Amino acid sequence: MDDKNKKHITSYQTYGIVLVGLLILTFISVGVTWIELGPLTVTVALLVASVKVFIVLTYFMHLKYDSLFIKLMVAGIFILFAVIIVITFLDYWFR
Amino acid sequence: MAKLDTPALEQSFLNNHGKNPIRAWLFSTDHKRIGILYLLSIGFFFLVGGLLGGLMRIELIAPGETIMDPQTYNGVFTVHGLIMIFLVVIPGLSAVFGNFFLPILIGARDVAFPKLNLLSWWLYIFGAILAISSQFLGSGAPDTGWTFYAPYSTETGSNVVLAVFSAFVLGFSSILTGLNFIVTVHRMRAPGMTWFKMPLFPWSLYATAWIQVLATPIVGVTFLMIVAERLFQIGFFDPSLGGDPLLYQHLFWIYSHPAVYIMILPAMGVVTEIIPTFAKKHIFGYKAIALSSLAIAAVGYFVWGHHMYTAGMSGTARWFFSFLTFIVAVPSAIKVFNWVATMHKGSITVRTPFLYTLAFIFLFMIGGLTGLWLGALATNVHLHDTAFVVAHFHYIIFGGMGFAFFAGLHYWYPKMFGKMYDEKLANVAFVIIFIGFNLLYFPLFIIGMQGMPRRYADYLPEYTGGHFWSTMGAIVLITGALLMIYNLIIRTRKKGTPAEMNPWGGKSLEWTLESPPKEHNFDEIPTITENPYNY
Repeated sequence: MDDKNKKHITSYQTYGIVLVGLLILTFISVGVTWIELGPLTVTVALLVASVKVFIVLTYFMHLKYDSLFIKLMVAGIFILFAVIIVITFLDYWFR
Repeated sequence: MAKLDTPALEQSFLNNHGKNPIRAWLFSTDHKRIGILYLLSIGFFFLVGGLLGGLMRIELIAPGETIMDPQTYNGVFTVHGLIMIFLVVIPGLSAVFGNFFLPILIGARDVAFPKLNLLSWWLYIFGAILAISSQFLGSGAPDTGWTFYAPYSTETGSNVVLAVFSAFVLGFSSILTGLNFIVTVHRMRAPGMTWFKMPLFPWSLYATAWIQVLATPIVGVTFLMIVAERLFQIGFFDPSLGGDPLLYQHLFWIYSHPAVYIMILPAMGVVTEIIPTFAKKHIFGYKAIALSSLAIAAVGYFVWGHHMYTAGMSGTARWFFSFLTFIVAVPSAIKVFNWVATMHKGSITVRTPFLYTLAFIFLFMIGGLTGLWLGALATNVHLHDTAFVVAHFHYIIFGGMGFAFFAGLHYWYPKMFGKMYDEKLANVAFVIIFIGFNLLYFPLFIIGMQGMPRRYADYLPEYTGGHFWSTMGAIVLITGALLMIYNLIIRTRKKGTPAEMNPWGGKSLEWTLESPPKEHNFDEIPTITENPYNY
């Protein structure tokens, strides 16, 4: 890969929009704690956090512009993470 | 450090070329110098940890109080574990031989991020200072054991916060080294070096690096959760605050079981380099060994629950973890079969590194197979938290990682320092270390099966014999280790002969360089056309 000839491929405007989006999602995370959702409180918090992770990976960490190989590596890590969560819950679900 | 008295040494990375020597070493971004900084630091902490272990053995030589009270004993075994795990065996082979030889073995001039590499070492030193300080500052030495199990670790009055923070900082060092090695292997291989032309030590470092990067953050966050619970009463683990103590054990072992593979995978890589060199034969099952490193790294993530069989986990989780524990033995066994098959009908020369390698296989087999006793649900109930676990663990970590470290040190010492050590003395030290090791740890299997609990400062009279012989073994082992250190440092410095470029007749790239190598390793980056084990 010819790194020297690579240009910045994401505009400052996009970064600005992403930043505002992340801040809004943060307010949502905090905001839902004031609403009584029962067990769904954690679900909502995790969903919002997942969306934020997706945005950060895609734009701030340039995954959108990376090769398929790198994307697959990241996907592999998320699969690993998911498997660890599922195995942990083999304890909690069947205790 | 070797004296610069030959032309090769004059031109090597060891020469400061007129710069301030202390500054030139402490702020060097040369991967070889950083590897030696790690060697010196890890060697120092190995001696400190070994001294603490020796004190524990003296306390246990006879029933009753011998040299320390039980609370001091708790502090000593905690800091022994903290130092040995986080400062010695986790960085161990990766940080020393990985730093020194990874770029050379793949035909590169340095790692991908040299400054980050130096930062890793400085973080290691900072974490080490915090770990040692935790013994002396605050409200007393931490007394939880290196596992920091909650809820005790969230309640004890001892200095847990500083101890876990030191492990947190050391974790950053480990992550940065892993990150550096992953990028180095992906981006810095010499032209023509495809994945399956890469030597097997870099393969093992690559697999290890993934564990370092992906598993370490989990324990880092877990340690922060302990701090949050202690300082702000946030209920993660303490049931009285709404927490779950088993959650701590899950999170801790999600990292700390893969951490065992951080320790042992590079060790396997080192012996995989040594065996073909001394058998003068192509490594048997190259691809199987390479891929089994990845398989160990992958499956090793999913077996953490075997540390928790008696903790109150669900039955479903227990049989699932037991099943996976038996599965993870398969890729390890593949490696052992391939090492033995490489030796079969080889033209074997028995030199010091090869002796340590044979000992590694023998001891690792004992450690590995007793791991299956512990991995089986029924026997685990009997053996859990006994001296049997201590023996198993030390056979894997010291018998495995430690002996492989000594093997690598004797194998690459002439390349690193440009001097050849006294091999007869090295062999004598090996025999003493091997006997001392087995005398120290084997009796613990027996008294463990008889019911001797671990982490106890005192015991019933029926365990006296086992403890006595174990302490005798510690004395023999320490004697052998001191002889090895004398041989490698003092005697070689005074009487060592200049090392040849390729003293063992190896085929991989490090043996094409001067002993010791120049600052930038290669005058011209080599083009790789064949497998590194073509004997």
